[in-house]
Amino acid sequence: MGRDEFLFLLIGLKWTVALSIVAFICGSIAGLAVALARTCGIAIIERVTAGYIAVFQGTPLLMQLFVVYYGLALIGIKMDAWAAVSVGLTLHASAYLGEIWRGSIEAVPRGQTEAAKALALRYVSRMKEVVLPQAIRISLPATIGFLVQLIKGTSLASIVGFTELTRAGNIISNQIFQPITVFGVVGILYFLMCCPLTIYGAHLERKFATEVR
Amino acid sequence: MNYTLDFTPVIDGLPDLLTACLGTFTLAICGMLLATVIGIGGVVLRQSPIKALRWLVIGFVEIIRNTPFLVQIFFIYFALPLAGIRLDPTPTAIIALGINGGAYAIEIIRGGVQSISKGQMEAGLALGLHKAQVFRLIILKPALRAIYPSLTSQFVLLTLSTSIASAISAYELTSVSQRIESDSFRSFEVYFTVTAFYLVISWVMMRIFAFFSARYFAYPVK
Repeated sequence: MGRDEFLFLLIGLKWTVALSIVAFICGSIAGLAVALARTCGIAIIERVTAGYIAVFQGTPLLMQLFVVYYGLALIGIKMDAWAAVSVGLTLHASAYLGEIWRGSIEAVPRGQTEAAKALALRYVSRMKEVVLPQAIRISLPATIGFLVQLIKGTSLASIVGFTELTRAGNIISNQIFQPITVFGVVGILYFLMCCPLTIYGAHLERKFATEVR
Repeated sequence: MNYTLDFTPVIDGLPDLLTACLGTFTLAICGMLLATVIGIGGVVLRQSPIKALRWLVIGFVEIIRNTPFLVQIFFIYFALPLAGIRLDPTPTAIIALGINGGAYAIEIIRGGVQSISKGQMEAGLALGLHKAQVFRLIILKPALRAIYPSLTSQFVLLTLSTSIASAISAYELTSVSQRIESDSFRSFEVYFTVTAFYLVISWVMMRIFAFFSARYFAYPVK
């Protein structure tokens, strides 16, 4: 594998990073909405969001990407693969992050909400000032764990036809017939992205576990 | 937009799709079994007194957990023939699923082993039980119970990731649906239906796992 091939992989890497960042940021915004809806106390809304989460957690990401990709075209929204995959991954992330953050919102002791109510804080300030800051802290290790999942999940965009790192690897491997080298390098590039996050997540988990004691 | 949904190709392909579900189940179950074996083996090696072996297991787990399954399956697909092993896509996919699931299983099972306090072992030995008896009669069940929820949800994830095996055209639901899609161009209809199939598959698996949990682990903690 020469220098040009490696540069081509790096261009793919750039798109993998871009896709991960877009999906994580948009997914976080939507995920927060899902988490809040899931804990809002209105039975019907909670049921609907629970169903939304269950659908995304019970089906393969690959199928979700296919359905979004072809579904958007069907309702007349013309989108290139990049935008369609971003939408698909955003929806996927919103469901998983929504579930993680629901758990951490519920893990904040009830007394916190009650105290905030006693201080006459309305829903918005109660959430913004009291519950969410604590919930975010609790959720950090799991959130980082999901970010790693998401980065790895962007590789499925290659099957839909978007040229990110894995598809760049496929293209190069078909050109130079050295699949082991190419996919080895591709794997190392993913590892370099994910491993620091995994280590940081594990570090936070240990830190929080000792603080509780 | 004036597109009318047409599910005829899906209905015509229904027998194929249902048979393909069996393919998905086969991949999933064989993958789980292999993952369990690798998981247990890995934990044993992870406890070994030889430092190199311990690091080997740690390295294996971290490499697998920090790279995408799709890249792993490609790598294995091309690496096995180089190692002189020629296999069809489906067994290759099972090996890849087992290796991937095994890395996660190692971490989960290790957590379970650590959750059993040393006193249990010592108490069993003090009662004059043999080491194997202590393991079988005292350690095993609580350890299984401790790892059961995370191991089974990992297995559901493994089942869902069988769809990625379509990338090397293993026989399972996604690859069959891709074939029907390319014959009929009814992409949305096909994939929408197949997504529903997967939802049912994962739901069934969760029910089965929950049944066994209620059957064997429904005793009070204290």
